[in-house]
Amino acid sequence: MATSEVVHAHAAPQGFIRKYIFSLDHKVIGLQYFFLALTAVWVGMILSLLMRIHLIWPGANIPLIGHIQPETYLSLLTMHGTIMVFFVLTTAPQGGFGNYFLPIQIGAPDMAFPVLNMLSFWTTFVAFVVMLAAFFVTGGAPLHGWTGYPPLSAIQSSGPGEGLGADLWITSIAIFCAASLMGALNFITTTLDLRAKGMTLFRMPLTVWSWFITAILGLLAFGVLLSAGILLLMDRNLGTSFFLPTIVVNGQLMGHKGGSPLLWQHLFWFFGHPEVYIAILPGMGVASQVLSTFSRKPIFGYRAMVYAMLAIGFLGFMVWGHHMFMSGMSPYSAFAFSLLTMGIGVPSAIKTFNWLGTIHKGRVRFYTPMLFAVGFVSLFVSGGLSGPFLAQPTLDIPLHDTAFVVGHFHLIMGVAAIFGIFAATYYWFPKMFGRMMNENMGKIHFWFTFIGTYCIFMPMHYLGMAGQPRRYSQFTEVAYLHHLIPLNRFLTYAAIVTISAQLVFVINLFWSMFKGQKATDNPWEATTLEWTTATPPPHDNFGGHTPVVNHGPYEYGVPGAARDFVMQTDPAGSPAH
Amino acid sequence: MGLALLAVIWLITFVSTYFFIWHPWWLPAGVSAAAAAIDRQFNFTYIAMGIVFVAAQCALGLFVWQYRDRGSASKPVDYSHGNTTLEIAWTLLTAVLFVGLNLMGSQIWAAERFEPASASALPVEVTGMQFAWYFRYAGPDGKFGNTSPKLMDPSSGSEAAIGLDTGDPAAKDDVVTGTMFLPVNRQVDLTLRAVDVIHSLFIPNMRFKQDAVPGLAIHMHITPTQIGDYEIACAELCGLGHYKMHGMVKVVSQEDFDKWLAAREAEKQ
Repeated sequence: MATSEVVHAHAAPQGFIRKYIFSLDHKVIGLQYFFLALTAVWVGMILSLLMRIHLIWPGANIPLIGHIQPETYLSLLTMHGTIMVFFVLTTAPQGGFGNYFLPIQIGAPDMAFPVLNMLSFWTTFVAFVVMLAAFFVTGGAPLHGWTGYPPLSAIQSSGPGEGLGADLWITSIAIFCAASLMGALNFITTTLDLRAKGMTLFRMPLTVWSWFITAILGLLAFGVLLSAGILLLMDRNLGTSFFLPTIVVNGQLMGHKGGSPLLWQHLFWFFGHPEVYIAILPGMGVASQVLSTFSRKPIFGYRAMVYAMLAIGFLGFMVWGHHMFMSGMSPYSAFAFSLLTMGIGVPSAIKTFNWLGTIHKGRVRFYTPMLFAVGFVSLFVSGGLSGPFLAQPTLDIPLHDTAFVVGHFHLIMGVAAIFGIFAATYYWFPKMFGRMMNENMGKIHFWFTFIGTYCIFMPMHYLGMAGQPRRYSQFTEVAYLHHLIPLNRFLTYAAIVTISAQLVFVINLFWSMFKGQKATDNPWEATTLEWTTATPPPHDNFGGHTPVVNHGPYEYGVPGAARDFVMQTDPAGSPAH
Repeated sequence: MGLALLAVIWLITFVSTYFFIWHPWWLPAGVSAAAAAIDRQFNFTYIAMGIVFVAAQCALGLFVWQYRDRGSASKPVDYSHGNTTLEIAWTLLTAVLFVGLNLMGSQIWAAERFEPASASALPVEVTGMQFAWYFRYAGPDGKFGNTSPKLMDPSSGSEAAIGLDTGDPAAKDDVVTGTMFLPVNRQVDLTLRAVDVIHSLFIPNMRFKQDAVPGLAIHMHITPTQIGDYEIACAELCGLGHYKMHGMVKVVSQEDFDKWLAAREAEKQ
């Protein structure tokens, strides 16, 4: 697999535009993705803040926006979900950190297809602009939720925002899918073809495995969503009936007939469920990397971790029906979907046990990345354990489409994945920017975010059990929801505090970029290849030579070694395997 | 820092568990034949998951504190790459737990969804539209009259809203209402339809939820077991009025039900 000789590194670009805008350098593209996601996460977070405010103070007059109407609430909800899932949870861990560190961690000078990489970022950027444009057209952003179920999403007159806003929304997602397909091809090819001498598959850091498996999922999933999106656009604008039977909307008989609304749900969730793992797998990789580094101990069960991720990815394609137990799909198929979904619990549990096993009998150093990695494990457990409720069709009868589901997926694919992104940011910031992030600000950020997110999302499970449906803009119209309003008020307060605390992160990020303490090449005493090169890495990553790998990725606490870690490039005679 | 993490993780765990055990917010009282079995499965799942939750979080908190770096006072780390026996053990344990839970629950699912309603069940048709529920009773002839999308006029309400073909003899005695009346302890054969977009008939007290999908007529059955008024909420995003697409189920004695239906029939004459 030592193919580094055939890779020709392109010359370092000159000029601002080639260097920073239309750059071919995977590191610059990684940073571009990172800052795109940072922008998107603020947009998405402010939308959620507005939602929480509206739920508790519906009459509030908000500067620039005015009074939020029930339909505006649904637009906020739709755009919050879509922006967070696509432009944050898919973009930051994979496009951002994956782009920056996958080539370096396998000892490659760049991605396999640098031009495709650049194209992939700029296509994603266009998708984001088109998505934001939906806010500013007549009727505003769509109100059909991030899942976009037809007929609501397919008929222009079904509600405000279902006109041009909905067309832009679908178009943006279609563009995003195309961008992700390009990215996925690049990640897969790079991992398979550009590994340095000695970097066997089972010496790859778990982060690389996670990006690699995520790319495979992306390649198989985004194509399906792209096709579904095109069909939906045709139903909306060309009079086709893929997803539409004969319906009457607002007293108007529509010209469609014979289509199936459930077809969209099948196609959407065939993408949508793997998408959950696209969001969380890189977080699992980062958590493994960080836990091992800061526990000063090899990862517990490296191969089991790899097989578990492969199993999660594989099973992830066979469980989409668990989103549809109440949809009118054949009740017999629920048996299979439920059993396979429970099956995913097994590799997920293996990962949790192995993370605990990694900390066990280690020497834990409490730097901010480690705090977020520990937080990731805690949230992964909490969010994961509500899964076996929802995986049972019987329990979906009371729980489906309630706040219980919202609490479940926010903890696991929202907050846990974001904790993975935070851990990655604090961990790799020194390598990316040559300076350390401020530890005190990092710790303040961690405590507020960790406690705050639990205060927001744990009580949602109680709300869901009490029967509070999702996507309600008010709880005044249904009598049994009245007694849930005080708890909802608590959630809003928790959200305001937690979102405010994110300012500490942004201040830390930008302050440290310019004023942080200078970083050494290997500040965490870590073992993988990115810590063997200069900080920040040169254009070709390793300054004219290709590393040769002699060891596995997590050789910490090696008995008999000169220091408590053996780097992957240390000479082969070192006492480690 | 290790102690702080231990304290916070344990605190979060115990506070969350406290609210699950004390349950000020819980499933509403169950008033259908299916409720008891569903609740039993729910309780069992939550005890099993609760034990795993407390064990995993406590272990996490304990380990980060116990194995914190104490400088030169720390023991050397346990240089280990894992333990295959342990991996196999916890893989099997979780597999048994999860598959077991699944098999336990599937009996209830089968009873709810595989078997059709009994022949003596009361047929009621439920139609969802932006943003109201309508309920249709077949009347003395036991037959539902034809409906047609061409005749649907939501602004006129009830019969016109669901597009009832008044020319059809079977439709003459059909009763359409905005509140669902059901006799207690008798099985009801529900047919769910939707006019415009997807809605979902959610009756929390009856542990009942089913989407109503345009183009489909979905059959479900339900047996109310307690007289009283119960709320219906829409559980599938259906547009700007989703949050107020609200309805009522009035469960009454068979006698009161017959009287009520006869009075509605009389109004039609």
